[in-house]
Amino acid sequence: MNTLKYQSQAVAKPYFIFALILFVGQILFGLLMGLQYVVGDIVGMLIPFNVARMVHTNLLIVWLLFGFMGSAYYLVPEEAETELYSPKLAIALFWIFAAAGVLTILGYLLVPYSTLADITFNELWPTMGREFLEQPTITKLGIVIVCLGFLFNLGMTILKGRKTAINMVLITGLIGLAVFFLFSFYNPTNLALDKYFWWFVVHLWVEGVWELIMGAILAFVLIKVTGVDREVIEKWLYVIIAMALITGILGTGHHFYWLMTPEYWQWIGSIFSAMEPLPFFAMVLYAFNMVNRRRREHPNKAATLWALGTAVMAFLGAGVWGFLHTLSFVNYYTHGTQITAAHGHMAFYGAYAMIVMTIISYAMPKIRGIGEANCNKAQVWEMWGFWLMTVAMVFITLFLTGAGILQVWLQRLPESGEALSFMATQDKLAIFYWLREIAGVVFLLGLIAYLTSFFITDKKATA
Amino acid sequence: MSESFTKGMARNIYYGGSIFFFLIFLALTYHTTKEMPKRDHRENITESVARGKALWEKNDCIGCHTLLGEGAYFAPELGNVYKRRGGAQGFKPFFNAWIKSQPLNIPGRRQMPNFHLNDQEIDDLAEFLKWTSEMNNNNWPPNIEG
Ligand code: HEM
Ligand code: HEM
Ligand SMILES: [Fe+2]
Repeated sequence: MNTLKYQSQAVAKPYFIFALILFVGQILFGLLMGLQYVVGDIVGMLIPFNVARMVHTNLLIVWLLFGFMGSAYYLVPEEAETELYSPKLAIALFWIFAAAGVLTILGYLLVPYSTLADITFNELWPTMGREFLEQPTITKLGIVIVCLGFLFNLGMTILKGRKTAINMVLITGLIGLAVFFLFSFYNPTNLALDKYFWWFVVHLWVEGVWELIMGAILAFVLIKVTGVDREVIEKWLYVIIAMALITGILGTGHHFYWLMTPEYWQWIGSIFSAMEPLPFFAMVLYAFNMVNRRRREHPNKAATLWALGTAVMAFLGAGVWGFLHTLSFVNYYTHGTQITAAHGHMAFYGAYAMIVMTIISYAMPKIRGIGEANCNKAQVWEMWGFWLMTVAMVFITLFLTGAGILQVWLQRLPESGEALSFMATQDKLAIFYWLREIAGVVFLLGLIAYLTSFFITDKKATA
Repeated sequence: MSESFTKGMARNIYYGGSIFFFLIFLALTYHTTKEMPKRDHRENITESVARGKALWEKNDCIGCHTLLGEGAYFAPELGNVYKRRGGAQGFKPFFNAWIKSQPLNIPGRRQMPNFHLNDQEIDDLAEFLKWTSEMNNNNWPPNIEG
């Protein structure tokens, strides 16, 4: 059965599948680090913590990029009401990106990082060795080339088709993603400048242009599963992204408090970032509102669950946990503690991992020719995956927050001389780290249930 | 949302608002980069400090440690380690011995790798950490433990 409106939408399939494979790798390395946190070295220094960490975070970023690309290849033709400009280019770029990604991860794992820096000629244009931007310079160039080809393909598709608000917002977000990534090539010797502009990638991604991508994907899925009028949904979309950028751009200031910057950032950063939860809250209202006003009963219950779930979890992780430590007088004590890690986890999962799984849930049954939705049994497995992963992530966040509060109490609040050292404090937090690891195992079980759902078919229906 | 508030109005707020605030952000960034020299003491960035930063990156120290609160939370803050571990008198001997004694191989303790650095490289890293600790970053961290 063919259920795609435009055949070229099928190029999204390898992107989605590969994204989920990388997701599994990300979680396995997360669990490895979780153990290293409490028992120290367990793999004979074969995989030091810093290596495991770059694998964990880079796999996260790369699988989200694969997910965003797959989403765009699926969504843009349908919105533009025309076939993709070049499906061949999309497939070629898939293989280039996948090969570059796999080689980079193997590089992290197989040779010492300093050797990787040498063999990729890092000293010619040093960009490595900064958090999240650990990729060799030539991998970074590869990412730029893949992004350019991808944007060209989408741009040409939109030009020849219908220019809906969803398409325009999505493409703006994706162009922004590519443009701000260019700051990763700027690595001055002066650490003060390096750090300041590093945030142009990290913050202006997750609290800027990525929110446009999330908003556009959410709007698309909501139109499809609820049948609510496009005008209404697009109006909400504009309101949400307006709030996101108006608060989020100057909100970057919440990372400038403890850099070599003027004091006014303490005020600007606190005031604007304190309003950053608003767009996330609006997403919750909007998602529930649209589902309540639905004009059809879409058979894909799982996709609706993901759409509501991502709005709620993004609000909790980014909005609530972000607000928790964003005011400068609070951040003075919490900066760089486990509270930051707690927030980073729930925000990335709630907003970006879940929005990618939302569109995968909606699109995959159609791409695979199954129909509007998977069979009931498969949806039940998928929803188990949803709940296990999401509840596990809530607990991971709570345990890390507990660890973070105790860390601040023991290590940050007392005066010099009375405060406990970093390492002594970590010993006191061990129980929280063990609990986090248990929650992490539950997360992995949820991921397995989720992946299992893709292999469940209803024998009666196909017979 | 009320019917009188149209999609066109929402779109205009989006374009106008984001362009307006982005321009303000650029202006403040310009001003900040002009103010920075007073705080980062870039006149003290020697060849040695520059080599130290390159070594810091080449060995991905940020993958375990924080530096001025950013990085990984597995190992101690190093933005102020120069002050914590002896300053002008004590830091360099401490640091050289520390780097060379890794990994400590204490069972159950988090391990730091040995990066096989020579004395010159260790000294460069020490100079980088010294310069970092002397920047004015609005008095963070709250105490010496970082
Ligand atoms: C989906 C959106 C978001 C994501 C994915 C996200 C993710 C992250 C991550 C990974 C970090 C750690 C960066 C590092 O390694 O240094 C971070 C830091 C931070 N985030 Fe977010 N964030 C989001 C939204 C927000 C929002 C809306 C707020 C404020 C209301 C916020 C406030 C902060 C603050 C204050 C820090 C600095 C923590 C520190 O001082 O150590 N974030 N965020
Ligand atoms: C089994 C579950 C997981 C475990 C045990 C785990 C563990 C860890 C650990 C130990 C770190 C390093 C913290 C440090 O620097 O000291 C880390 C970092 C990180 N992880 Fe995970 N993780 C898991 C799942 C996830 C998921 C599902 C996501 C997002 C979808 C995620 C996103 C991140 C991010 C963004 C960072 C960097 C945080 C920061 O810089 O503040 N992790 N993780
Ligand atoms: Fe931020």
